[in-house]
Amino acid sequence: MSAAAVRSSTAGRRSRPLSQRVFPHVITGVMIALALLWLAPVLWAIDTAVKAEPDTIKIPATWAIPHLTFSAFSTDFSASDIGRWYINSAIVSLLVTVFTVITASMAGYALSRQRFRGQNLLYGAILAGIMIPPQALMVPLFREFQAIHGLNTYWALVLPQVPSPVAVFIFKKFFDGQPPELDQAARMDGASWWTCYRRIALPLSRSAVAAVSIFTFVWTWNNFLWPFLSSTNTPMMTIPVGLGTVIPGEGITNALVMASAILGALPLVVVFLFGQRQIVEGVAGTGLK
Amino acid sequence: MSTSAVPAPAVRDARSRTRHSRARGFTGFGFVTPFLVFYVLFLLLPLVLAVVFSLFNTSLALPGLGRWEGLHNYGELFRDSYFWSSMWHTVLFTLVSTPVLVVVSFLLALGVYRRRHGQWFFRLAFFLPYILPSAVVALVWLWIFEPGYGLADGALHLVGLGAPSWLGSTSIALYSIVLVTVWWTVGFNFILFLAGLQEIPQEVYEAAEMDGASRSTQVRRITLPMLGRTVTLVTVLQIIASLKIFDQVYLMTQGGPNFSTRVALEYIYDTGFTSGRVGYASAASLVLFVVIAIIGFAWLALVRRQERGV
Repeated sequence: MSAAAVRSSTAGRRSRPLSQRVFPHVITGVMIALALLWLAPVLWAIDTAVKAEPDTIKIPATWAIPHLTFSAFSTDFSASDIGRWYINSAIVSLLVTVFTVITASMAGYALSRQRFRGQNLLYGAILAGIMIPPQALMVPLFREFQAIHGLNTYWALVLPQVPSPVAVFIFKKFFDGQPPELDQAARMDGASWWTCYRRIALPLSRSAVAAVSIFTFVWTWNNFLWPFLSSTNTPMMTIPVGLGTVIPGEGITNALVMASAILGALPLVVVFLFGQRQIVEGVAGTGLK
Repeated sequence: MSTSAVPAPAVRDARSRTRHSRARGFTGFGFVTPFLVFYVLFLLLPLVLAVVFSLFNTSLALPGLGRWEGLHNYGELFRDSYFWSSMWHTVLFTLVSTPVLVVVSFLLALGVYRRRHGQWFFRLAFFLPYILPSAVVALVWLWIFEPGYGLADGALHLVGLGAPSWLGSTSIALYSIVLVTVWWTVGFNFILFLAGLQEIPQEVYEAAEMDGASRSTQVRRITLPMLGRTVTLVTVLQIIASLKIFDQVYLMTQGGPNFSTRVALEYIYDTGFTSGRVGYASAASLVLFVVIAIIGFAWLALVRRQERGV
C-alpha cells in the first residue's frame, strides 16, 4: 500500500468521527423520548388517581394536580371487593405456579435423563401441545366444568391453567444442559430416580425454576378469559376479572377507576422489579434455545 | 446412541439395572404421569370434545349432547357472514399489528443494545406494560381515549389537531386497539431482539468498522442476517398471539361499534355463551384452532430448515 493511500484512508476515518460523535447522542435523545412516551400512560393513570374529581375532567386534559389526594385508593378498598380479589388471585397464582413447576420439571427430567418406551412419541405429543391455543377451547372446557358442577370454585380456576407444555420444554432443555455424570454417579450408588431428581437435578436448576415460576405467576395473575368465564360470582373473581366489572360512571369516579387499575397492577410491578433479571433472562432464553 | 458399539455384557448389565430400579420406585412414565393427567384433562379432552360438540346441536342450557347435526354446523358457519367478518377482523388485526410490533421492537432494541449505562431504564419503560393485566390496560386506555377529557385528545389539541373518535368510529376503532396492543406487548419482542443482538460478537462489528462500513451497512449486512432465527421466532410468536386477540376488544369495545371490532374469539364467545350454542361455537373454535396450528407447524418446519442450513 502506498503512503498516499494510507494517508487518505486515515483521513477518511478521521472525517467520520464528527457525525459519529453526534449520532449516538441523537439516538440517545430519541430513545429517552420514546421511553417517556411508553411510561406516559402509566404516569397518567397515577396522575388521575391522585387528583380531586373536578380536576380530572378538564378540557383539554392537564397533568397539573392542584389538590393532591389519596382518597380514591382508600375508597376503592372499602367500596369494592378488591381485597377479596387480591386473595383469590394470590391463591390461584401460587397454586398454579407450584403445580406447574412440579409437574413440568418432573416430566422434563424424565424426558431428558431417562429412557423408556414411547418416550419420543410422548415428547412429540407434548411439543405439539404448545400449538394448542387454550383460548380457542374455552367453550368445551366450560362445558366440562359445567357438567361436574365445578364452576365458581378454586378447582375451576386452578386446574385448567396447570398444563404448560412450554414449561416442560424449558425444563427438558435445562436438564439436557446439566452434566449427566452427576446423577449417573448417584445411580451407581443405588439412588432411585426420584432421589436423583429431588436431591441433585432440582437443586441445581434454581434459575430454570425461578424463570418458570415468575412467568407462570405473572401469566396466571393476568389471565382474563378463563377466570372470566368460570368465576361469575363476585367473591370468586380474580383481579383482572373484577377490574373488568369496574365501569366508569354510575357513581364511580375517574380517580377511583385509575386507583383500581393501579392497585390491580401493583403486585405484578413489585414482582417485576424484584425479578427483572429472571424475567428478562427467561424471555431471552426462549429465543436462544 | 449406538448400542452396537457397547460390549454385550455392558448392555445386559444396563438392562438388569433398569429392571432393578423399576422394582425400586417409579421411573420414566411415572415421572411424566402427573403432567400428563393435567394435559389430557384440560388440553386434549377439550379438543376432542370440541370435535364431538361441533357435530351436535349441544346447548349451554341443556345437559347432554343434543341432536346429531352431522356437518350442518360447519355448513351454517361457512354461510354466516358474521363469522367471516369476525375472522377477517382477526386477520386484519394480525396483518396490521404483526409488522408494527416486529419492526418497532427491533428498532427499540437496536437503539439501546450497545448502551452500557441506563439499559435497565429502557428495559423498564418498554417491558413494564407487558406485565400489566389486560383489564388494567383497558381501563387506562379507555380513560386516555375518553372524548374531551382524555390524554389522547389533549395531546392532539396541544399540536393543534382535532381528535378522531378513537373507539367510536367504525373505521378507526380497530386501529386504536392496534395502538394499545403495540404499547402493551412490544416489550416482549423487544427483550427477544435485545438478547439476539447481544449474542452477535462485538468483534464482527469492529472488523466491519475497520473496513469502513457505515452504521447502516453494518445493520443491513451483519445484524439482520445474523438475527435471522430471532426474526422468525418473534414474527411467528407475534402472529399466533395476534390471532388470539380477545381481551382488549372485549374490554374496550365489546366488538363495537356496529361489530367493526368483533374478532374471531369474540364471535366464539358470543355464539357459545350469549346465544348458548355450544355445538356451533365449537365448530367455529375448531376453524380458528386449525388456522393457528397450521401457522405453528409451518414455523416448526421453518426452524428445522434454518437449523439444517446453519
